[in-house]
Amino acid sequence: MIASIDTSLIDWSRAQFALTAMYHWLFVPLTLGLGVIQAIMETIYYKTGNEFWKKTAQFWMKLFGINFAIGVATGLILEFEFGTNWSNYSWFVGDIFGAPLAIEGILAFFMEATFIAVMFFGWDKVSKRFHLASTWLTIIGATLSALWILIANAWMQHPAGMQFNPDTVRNEMFDFWAVALSPVAINKFFHTVLSGWVVGAVFVIGISSWYLLKNRDKQFSLESIKVGAIFGLVASILIIWTGDGSAYQVAQKQPMKLAAMEGLYEGGNGMGLVAIGMLNPDKTSYKDNENPFIFDLKFPKLLSFLAERKADAYVPGIVNLIEGGYTTNKGTTALSAAEKIEKGQIAIQALADYRKAVKDKDQVAAKQARTLLDDNFAYFGYGYIKDPADLVPHVGLTFYSFRVMVILGGYFILLFIIALIWSKKDKFADARWLQWASLWTIPLAYIAGQAGWIVAEVGRQPWAIQDILPTSASVSKLATSSVQTTFFLFLLLFTVLLIAEIGIMVKAIKKGPSVK
Amino acid sequence: MDSTYILLQHYWWFLVSLLGALLVFLLFVQGGQSLLFTIGKTELQQKMLLNSTGRKWEFTFTTLVTFGGAFFASFPLFYSTSFGGAYWVWMLILACFVLQAVSYEYQSKKGNLLGKKTYQVFLLLNGILGPILLGTAVGTFFNGAEFIVNKGQLTDVAMPVISTWANPWHGLEAAFVFWNVCLGLAVFFLARIQALLYFINNIDDAEITVRCRKHLVIETALFLVFFLTFLVHLLFADGFAVNPETKEVFMQPYKYFTNLIEMPAVTVILLVGVVGVLYGIIRTILPGTWKKGIWYCGTGTVLTVLALLLCAGWNNTAYYPSIADLQSSLTIENSCSSPFTLKVMSYVSILVPFVLAYIFYAWRALDLRKINEKEMESDKGHTY
Repeated sequence: MIASIDTSLIDWSRAQFALTAMYHWLFVPLTLGLGVIQAIMETIYYKTGNEFWKKTAQFWMKLFGINFAIGVATGLILEFEFGTNWSNYSWFVGDIFGAPLAIEGILAFFMEATFIAVMFFGWDKVSKRFHLASTWLTIIGATLSALWILIANAWMQHPAGMQFNPDTVRNEMFDFWAVALSPVAINKFFHTVLSGWVVGAVFVIGISSWYLLKNRDKQFSLESIKVGAIFGLVASILIIWTGDGSAYQVAQKQPMKLAAMEGLYEGGNGMGLVAIGMLNPDKTSYKDNENPFIFDLKFPKLLSFLAERKADAYVPGIVNLIEGGYTTNKGTTALSAAEKIEKGQIAIQALADYRKAVKDKDQVAAKQARTLLDDNFAYFGYGYIKDPADLVPHVGLTFYSFRVMVILGGYFILLFIIALIWSKKDKFADARWLQWASLWTIPLAYIAGQAGWIVAEVGRQPWAIQDILPTSASVSKLATSSVQTTFFLFLLLFTVLLIAEIGIMVKAIKKGPSVK
Repeated sequence: MDSTYILLQHYWWFLVSLLGALLVFLLFVQGGQSLLFTIGKTELQQKMLLNSTGRKWEFTFTTLVTFGGAFFASFPLFYSTSFGGAYWVWMLILACFVLQAVSYEYQSKKGNLLGKKTYQVFLLLNGILGPILLGTAVGTFFNGAEFIVNKGQLTDVAMPVISTWANPWHGLEAAFVFWNVCLGLAVFFLARIQALLYFINNIDDAEITVRCRKHLVIETALFLVFFLTFLVHLLFADGFAVNPETKEVFMQPYKYFTNLIEMPAVTVILLVGVVGVLYGIIRTILPGTWKKGIWYCGTGTVLTVLALLLCAGWNNTAYYPSIADLQSSLTIENSCSSPFTLKVMSYVSILVPFVLAYIFYAWRALDLRKINEKEMESDKGHTY
């Protein structure tokens, strides 16, 4: 990403936020996945009284603790960066966006913070039952935290339940449940949390496989693999369902993102889904006549089916979305980008006129301006767009990231199935190829997660809030050099801490669980 | 304005102030870190100190995050203006809290790249800079900051940012205002006092207890110098008042003193708080084995800070005054969320007592057995 950015304030602010978010997402998935796995193991200990499961759970908790600390650190920065680097955004939508963050703090963070202390330090201080409850409440707290921040993120992708107030110059919430229960939010929550579960399962199977490769801690490893494989398989199958739901929501709410995900420039009826393909690097604009692909292999009609649930449905491409004129799935004629930009400019001017009229106490003019603003507010953000080409996200990054995520998702299912079967047939301990494959799958699970977020976030550019506010109008007014300084400061800090985390993790893994 | 809306604004200023007050109490964790090498003379003693505050650092951290989240939800214009404007102050605060988050867990682990001492120095830095910077930042609630807010700016497509900072220092200039730093140092020494009281309560070690009691006298003297200087200045200073009719912000002589006179309940909270702090300290200093000072001093801290923050925002006062453009000053009325959002958030806040109850229960369960050398030397369980 760094290679493609220039030195402008907006790009550096985006880069800093992306840096923090990507580092944060290196640690959170393992917290979400490993947290559930260790809770399952402690539950088995609670039910059976078998010390083996206590030691097993404690070992995974040790790794959980190492990972958890740095996730908390990056999360803190992320929350405050909404204010430090996106101050205009914070006012324009803070009335809606701030609420999930506050609820996250009150309901989720405190639960997590309180019970994680009991989980780590309470083994000999509280009852078995209270300790087990604390372990579950820790991961429930972490998952609730994910819920609220993902509700906030989903709202940015599909703003709902709010209206613009020209007197306060911001959007204001009028329907909390429309924000909290939007289909985009629900799909995003389950899809993201399940991806964390997959990372946790892959991590447990991979580390356990390393012990088998080293011929040590055999029982610990085989039992951990069983739990990991079942858990991972359930999660990865559910991910197909939530992934389909997420893609459908993208098609409905963010058609430009879908077009970028597919490298689809010219839409049409009965469109196919690109299974594999290589984009043509000579295609630099939606306006040139270059072929988008050097080669591509498609599943016929599948894109139309996934996007509209009809095999022959119309799916717009990038050119169609820019030029408009096609019939939307609601039966209306789509506006062109130029028309939307014009409406956005009208809305912004109407807001200026409204404020002047109110100041001048001219009620008639204020009413007229207000009507004009309301009529055009759906396109408010387009008023800040200078060139229709700015509405097209980075196609290459979005297209390839989507494929990396999906292909790896399919591979994880296969791995979990094989791991489970080999485990059931007591063949895992001897299958060195499978042990190596499992070990090397650990980085792939992280890559899949990062790729997913790149699709979600790069694919929605240039919007901070879909159609309402572009990133260019969301930013804080700072010297670019200030943001560059903090960018490199955080890059250095996060990288050093990541290396330290990996170093500690490797040492702890090498030391092993010492379970007999 | 709708009276329910006014009530909600005051209610949310109260909640944000309460979170701020709880945060100052929980800064005992930072205070403890700053005393790591002063009180802990041997490696084992340092380990006991680290494990004492280390089991509570998450609460301080979470309260800071929730304080930020609650401010965002209830007074988004503050979030937008202060965080986006006083960029360097907030970035410094964030950076030193990031160091804390990893240092407890990493400092004693093998393979930690930087070595044990480095992480302990990180904790020391967080312990010193965290309270001072937070206190200095809060000082601007009374002494003002240099920003301009113009909501109409959103219609300027070329430069639509509504909140701008009026100098290139982006918050660093607050550190050159004596009264801000005075409050920062008062918070710092208070955090150290609370840490000493917490160690006395939480660690079962005669040597540490004696050393803590001894240091308590020095820290208390320094705290009183800075706190009383700030308090006396505040009571005599001109304050940033708001005309309830015209909404115009103006300078009013003795504004904060007037606030205390006009809000007797807040004055009572302040007095009870100060008495609580002093009682907790003095009774601990007096000869004997009394170890409950932290609870009196902690409760007193919460009440004192709560009263000061209520004084900053209630009774027609601008809680985040602008000295660059007086009319840009933020009040609980012009910076708050919509009535709907405040109402929704108020329903959520009903759960706060439940949250406090389970924190109390879990805290008590863990602290029933005091930290001692035996526990630290045992390889059973998780220690830092």
